[in-house]
Amino acid sequence: MIKVLFFAKLSEQLGVRELQVDAKNAEDTKQLFTHLLNHKTEWASILTSQPCLKAVNQAMVANDVPLKDGDEVAYFPPVTGG
Amino acid sequence: MISVQELDFNQQVEYDRLKSTTKIGAIVTFTGLVRDINEGQGVSDLALEHYPGMTEKCLQDIVQQAQQRWNIIDFTIIHRVGQLTISDQIVFVGIASQHRGDAFAACEFIMDYLKTQAPFWKKETMANGETKWVDAREHDQHALTKWQS
Repeated sequence: MIKVLFFAKLSEQLGVRELQVDAKNAEDTKQLFTHLLNHKTEWASILTSQPCLKAVNQAMVANDVPLKDGDEVAYFPPVTGG
Repeated sequence: MISVQELDFNQQVEYDRLKSTTKIGAIVTFTGLVRDINEGQGVSDLALEHYPGMTEKCLQDIVQQAQQRWNIIDFTIIHRVGQLTISDQIVFVGIASQHRGDAFAACEFIMDYLKTQAPFWKKETMANGETKWVDAREHDQHALTKWQS
């Protein structure tokens, strides 16, 4: 399974902070994202209407990368700490 | 020392910890506070969320980059999370070095990268009770360009 996390505004809008996706639906981050777009009707518009960053195993990645069972993928808005 | 915590911090305690060896000739500290106004609107409270695990790794990585560029004898980064109110301390960066130039530069570098890379998110409660997630600012991203030459 792939552990998927959402943070901040994104998790609030999607109504979920964490979900598990079968690794066979997520061979890479591109396939995982497509899977998430179809997870619920409103998810496509929420996930594509705003800047959305991603991290794989707690490191930010800009491009799509391969995934394996047990990976953790997080999606979140641009950061605003400090 | 890196700490992500709900508790407040004490500047004197952090300063004293940083000046613990005789090699140190300069300490620069920065403290970020909760302002009462943001983008023209009155703010009453601030909630800070983060990504536990990734946040600490990210801060460690930023410090390592700073250590490759400047002489850093000791450092402290404290970032608070949870519920804060006006004038509360949010973030502390303290750098102890042999000379002031390194300490000033490393402190600013760490803050500039923290603001654009570390996974923290602020949600404001306005004076009228409405809540709003703070948007990332372009000038924070722009601030990185001075370190990339």
